[in-house]
Amino acid sequence: MLCDVCQANPAKVYLTQIVEGKMQKVNLCEACSKEKGVTDPTGFALADLLLGLGTQTELEKPSSTTVVTSDTPQLKCPVCGFSQADFKKTQRMGCSECYTTFSESIAAPLKSNHKSLQHTGKVPARQFRKSELAKKMKSLQTDLTRAVKEEDYEGAAQIRDAIRKLEGKLTPAP
Amino acid sequence: MKFSAFIAAPLATRPEGAHHDIVISSRVRLARNVKGHPFPGWAKKADRLSLLEAVKPAVDGLPEMEDAFSEYLQDLAATEKQILVERHLISREHAAKSTGSAVVMNRAQTLSIMINEEDHLRMQSIQPGFTLKSVFRGIDEIDTQLEKTLDYAFTPKLGYLTACLTNVGTGMRASAMLHLPALVLDDQINKVIQAVNKIGLAVRGLYGEGSEAMGNLFQVSNQVTLGESEEEILGRLNKVIEQIIEHEQNARATLLQKKTTTLLDQIGRAYGVLLHARSITSKEALNLLSFIRLGTDLGFFAATQRQPVDELFTVTQPAHLQRSTSQKLGPEDRDTLRSDIVRKRLADLPPPDSSRAVA
Repeated sequence: MLCDVCQANPAKVYLTQIVEGKMQKVNLCEACSKEKGVTDPTGFALADLLLGLGTQTELEKPSSTTVVTSDTPQLKCPVCGFSQADFKKTQRMGCSECYTTFSESIAAPLKSNHKSLQHTGKVPARQFRKSELAKKMKSLQTDLTRAVKEEDYEGAAQIRDAIRKLEGKLTPAP
Repeated sequence: MKFSAFIAAPLATRPEGAHHDIVISSRVRLARNVKGHPFPGWAKKADRLSLLEAVKPAVDGLPEMEDAFSEYLQDLAATEKQILVERHLISREHAAKSTGSAVVMNRAQTLSIMINEEDHLRMQSIQPGFTLKSVFRGIDEIDTQLEKTLDYAFTPKLGYLTACLTNVGTGMRASAMLHLPALVLDDQINKVIQAVNKIGLAVRGLYGEGSEAMGNLFQVSNQVTLGESEEEILGRLNKVIEQIIEHEQNARATLLQKKTTTLLDQIGRAYGVLLHARSITSKEALNLLSFIRLGTDLGFFAATQRQPVDELFTVTQPAHLQRSTSQKLGPEDRDTLRSDIVRKRLADLPPPDSSRAVA
């Protein structure tokens, strides 16, 4: 039997621990057991090792962790052609649109890697502007509907001009 | 700028002051991608080339990159790429790339931008000493300038979208390279590593992911990039590093008081071998230089030795050695040349003097 950590040396240390009613087993070679501090049974919790193991192997041996549910193996990104199977193989996304295509299956791995599923950091100024402009557009369109309803055609024409101007800003020049 | 001119510039010196003896360097890297282009690992060669031609002018045009070293990867020799890896200016992954990838770095070797690494842009700022916050401000400023011309792949919910799910959100990896010889000597290092891992930070060796710890050097970095802001991540990392520094200082004081013989023996042996060996591997050299460095921190060697010893950590690396000669070196030739360089540099170093110890 090979060591669960390095997958290279034969396992010499076999650990079994029951945590919250669940039995967990892990097999280690001598070098890895030493490195993980397994030699000292009092100061060692299997859960910690497994926790640490998860983050380590996830980064170093992408192929050994299966994080995506395979209930939709045929799913393909319409933009770049990347498939669920490709993700399983590479543990990388194909393009930024893949995040929309595979949004359901990446939720779990994202959750286990990160603190939450909501970005709270830096926002590019361009995005910030865009969302502001989009808001303005929405309110102009509401105004336009109201103006037409009230038969205020002069006002409606002015609003339409404003909308056209805004549209120019929203679609960036090539 | 030519590679030779770029690499000949003197290495940045460590700032004087608190903690710069333990924190070798601070580094922050940001991962960014351009909307509408497949990520480099999935992109076809033509896609990578078109992205490169769209991005490189923007990077070259940065005011910080005036007088920069800017090169396509296929135009760099294997040794040259390896030298950049040894200086932590590009990743090992990037060194393996060729056509379709590029690198741009400033003259001071503190800013480096990799194009078409795992993401379209991997930009990093690295500086000697414990300077995470100022290093972050530097790279954040570059990012703000680039986003004016590049339309980044970004969503309000997931932040910056990256090829790997582990970078999504801020796309930021902040790290500090720590020199922790006393924690290693005192057998406390595994406990520290386990504790750091438990709170969601990673500890790695000299060359990052998957690399071995040599020379008692450890790289501590954040793992989480989504759900925490840049400031929160840096704040947490800073706090943890301050604690590790404190542990290392305590271990040094303990060694000085209670295990003086062990300590003097290690430093004395390192001194003896480095000054007299005729063949030395890179790993052995790093491990021994680490003790000379510790001896300098403790006052056993004069403070003026700091800079030459620090430089030896870099110039004894394989690619740096290869560059110093026109012959093709085999591993054995390298070990001989390495010992020659070390002996020459340390020739005037007096033996360690424990009576000058400063705790």
